[in-house]
Amino acid sequence: MALVKASTKSCAVNPLKMSQPIGGAFAFMGLRGAMPLLHGSQGCTSFGLTLFVRHFKEAVPLQTTAMSEVATVLGGYENLEQAILNIHSRAKPKIVGICSTGVTETNGDDVDAYLKLIRDKHPQLAKLPLVYVSTPDFKGAFQDGWEKAVARIAEALVEGPGVSGLRDPSKVNVLPGCHLTPGDLDELRAILEDFGLRPSFLPDLAGSLDGHIPDEFTPTTIGGIGIDEIASMGRAQWTIAIGAQMRRAAEVLQAKAGVPFRLFERLCGLDPNDEFITFLSEISGRPVPVKYRRQRGQLTDAMLDAHFHIGGRRVAIAAEPDLLFDLSSTLHDMGAQVTAAVTTTQSVVIERVKTEEVFIGDLEDLEELARTKQCDLLITHSHGRQAAARLKIPFYRAGFPMFDRLGAGHQLSVGYRGTRDMIFDIANLVIADREENHQPTPDSWRAAPALPRRAGHSSSGAAERSTA
Amino acid sequence: MSSLAATVQNIFDEPGCTKNGSKSKADRRKGCTRQLQPGSAAGGCAFDGAKIALQPFTDVAHLVHGPIACEGNSWDNRGSASSGSNLWRTAFTTDLNETDIVFGGEQRLCKAITEIINKWDPPAIFVYQTCIPAMIGDDIDAVCKAASQKFGKPVIPINSPGFVGSKNLGNKLAGEALLEHVIGTQEPDYTTPYDINLIGEYNLSGELWQVKPLLDELGVRILSCISGDGKYREVASSHRARAAMLVCSKSMINVARKMKERYGIPFFEGAFYGIQDSSDSLRQIARLLVERGAPQELLGRTDAVIAREETRAWAAIEPYKPRFKGKKALLITGGVKSWSVVAALQEAGLELVGTSVKKSTREDKERIKELMGQDAHMIEEMTPREMYRMLKEAEADIMLSGGKSQFVALKAAIPWIDINQERCHAYLGYLGMVKLVEEIDKSLSNPMWEQLRRPAPWQVLAKAMVQMRSPLAEIACDPALGETARRAKEICFCNKVDLGTIEDAITAHGLISVEAVREHTDAVGGCCNRRIEGILAASPSALPQAAE
Repeated sequence: MALVKASTKSCAVNPLKMSQPIGGAFAFMGLRGAMPLLHGSQGCTSFGLTLFVRHFKEAVPLQTTAMSEVATVLGGYENLEQAILNIHSRAKPKIVGICSTGVTETNGDDVDAYLKLIRDKHPQLAKLPLVYVSTPDFKGAFQDGWEKAVARIAEALVEGPGVSGLRDPSKVNVLPGCHLTPGDLDELRAILEDFGLRPSFLPDLAGSLDGHIPDEFTPTTIGGIGIDEIASMGRAQWTIAIGAQMRRAAEVLQAKAGVPFRLFERLCGLDPNDEFITFLSEISGRPVPVKYRRQRGQLTDAMLDAHFHIGGRRVAIAAEPDLLFDLSSTLHDMGAQVTAAVTTTQSVVIERVKTEEVFIGDLEDLEELARTKQCDLLITHSHGRQAAARLKIPFYRAGFPMFDRLGAGHQLSVGYRGTRDMIFDIANLVIADREENHQPTPDSWRAAPALPRRAGHSSSGAAERSTA
Repeated sequence: MSSLAATVQNIFDEPGCTKNGSKSKADRRKGCTRQLQPGSAAGGCAFDGAKIALQPFTDVAHLVHGPIACEGNSWDNRGSASSGSNLWRTAFTTDLNETDIVFGGEQRLCKAITEIINKWDPPAIFVYQTCIPAMIGDDIDAVCKAASQKFGKPVIPINSPGFVGSKNLGNKLAGEALLEHVIGTQEPDYTTPYDINLIGEYNLSGELWQVKPLLDELGVRILSCISGDGKYREVASSHRARAAMLVCSKSMINVARKMKERYGIPFFEGAFYGIQDSSDSLRQIARLLVERGAPQELLGRTDAVIAREETRAWAAIEPYKPRFKGKKALLITGGVKSWSVVAALQEAGLELVGTSVKKSTREDKERIKELMGQDAHMIEEMTPREMYRMLKEAEADIMLSGGKSQFVALKAAIPWIDINQERCHAYLGYLGMVKLVEEIDKSLSNPMWEQLRRPAPWQVLAKAMVQMRSPLAEIACDPALGETARRAKEICFCNKVDLGTIEDAITAHGLISVEAVREHTDAVGGCCNRRIEGILAASPSALPQAAE
């Protein structure tokens, strides 16, 4: 059991964390024809927008109520009203998802009440769903915003199973955490369909941010789960929640429509996927297709081939709780030592990370821990690139944002196949690093004073790290 | 807060700006940019603007006083290049939490400054104010003043919280902070008659270094660049420059004008964007320096360098002319670039089908007319939808614009080149313009586009299937069916007599007149008279009959 420690610094250096409102807005991006709207000053939206565009290399819909200093003093009702009317007439969305920010939370805007007033005043908005979620910047992190928004969407839009109470045995709800990529969702969809199940993903980023080219130009999201499909989720047989962050939304679905749920905290690695595939076989009443028997074999073989390189590695990893738990567990299962672990926010899973302590902190903490504990593999999002360069250790990019490499939307980690590919990628990084930076020299094995040496690593490498 | 409001009003009264000068007093108070529209606004806030303007100072610790959104969502997102310190790329933020909001964030800010000085000991710290601490009344000016005294080190408050306005306003507020707290606080080690300041140049992708070799060759020293690859000491002693070039006039005109008023440093607005522009700017620099006492011979040397560089650049662009023949470009950018790029593109043989003038001044528009003719297509405002249509219908072969509209072009499978701030290539000076032409060529001549524009084969197949399923297709394939269909054509609408019946009658009885047809069939021969005559004339039986 890991000890959870929080930073005592007053100055966060090289933040790992991103804010709640953009996590909330991200959830709305998985809805078809949606326009996420941040209720705050225009910078709140512009920074988030830039981040999403750099990560996905796609046009991203995200609007702002453009709160000015004066509006902040007088209250944001008029800005919210104008924003909704403008969006309604220009972008013609199917749904508007509203997230509050630090500014509007600090001045105490009562957005729920505002929305009632706006609806009363403008009957033309009667059919436009307006879903509001409270996401102050000064609390929580990106993952919390996503968690809250998905739960709110379920609360607001899912309908009960209907008078007959009949459920569709092949219909399954999937609630993916924000650590899954559009590529992961596509992989999961294919797996579920191979068992004859018909999944509804909430949210479905694979429909909107997978990079496909729409026929028509639209200012809203170009795909994702439709409002009608969300409403019908109450008729599903099962809900599959992925990542502990999705428990809340799954419970909402259960309370509202009586859909039972099964939570998978991880979908990366051999054990979690065995559980997952077995579960699918049980609920579908079908045997496991040959395809997955073969993929399981391929994963076990990949683990055999890669354990030479990953086993014994001292990993420094920083990510949001669910991703941290998922990746660190998989690497631990492969024999790596999770030596430094940093995360952004509280969660039930972090004390179960297989390491001594988990730090709620920033990338400076990660870099410091990695240096003092002599880690030789760094895993975090793209903002870790400076630390990796200074530490001179291999760097695997995982999580959001990933702005300095292509294909962020398609990086896989779920399923037997996704795990296999990820293991190969990480092992290849280690191999490349060894070839480039750790070729043996006549002095590699000569006793060096006072420095603890580890097999396979030159003493010059260790010295470099301690001076870097 | 009142002092910030006063500063903002002060900025809106800018005698150095012709556009501002031509406004009425009431209009001037509203500021330079249009009022923000909730629900259709795009672009950064004043904090963003201040950060953009100052972050390229490489050896300064930039500390953002606010909740995680302001720095956590935005750090390390600018492509400025540094020749020295990388401290500017380290993100510092107080990451305010709920408790700070309730009790005030000044304590945390003090501690944060102390931590930075203990760990990094930078020559200066810039503290950026954001919306929330401004709302709850954190007095960053007081905190910075106290910290400066305590540590004997400049800790500069940058008062530009996001909600006071746009990015552009933030640029200027950042300038005000430099004027108030930084410029003139130190003395340079030495001065020369060739010292200049560059104001509003951010060294994106290291583009400043495309021009710097020419300045070096001329012996012109950049005393301070505000702020690309800048150092605190340089800007603090920048008041000793002999002349200044205002590179991006939109952002920091207040700095240039006030430095002229306070320190007598003359300045001009120029750009190194485009060949003509680069030459003009070099000449202006030389002229101003000579006016301030530099030796006269600088002018001659400058002309020689310009002549050499221009010849080289035009020669380098020449080979592209045949390759660009008949190619049309759409230019969506603003201000100076709306025309300064046009000349080079035209010289390379591209036809400009339009240039945006949303952020251009009247003079900019005049220049466009000079270059593109009176009927130049000047685009005031173009919706993404309209842009997409234009590109999809191949009214342009390539679009040059900022990152915001890139997906409009790319999703229409049209070549696109980034010429705004997020670009990853440097396009400054003579070399830069040649580089731009090279990039355009690389993009235009890429064979990929053709494949991308082709629909998937099954889409073509699907279209063929639809055609095959139509009744006409069936007829075309089967001659017997075709004959039946032909014969089923109605000739006499009144009594419903078809072509087959009439033809059969003609053949069987060797008929040669409408009268005879009328006798042998139900055809009325009234309104269908003409049609029956036609059939008789075409009938093969008519000939042998007549011959007999």
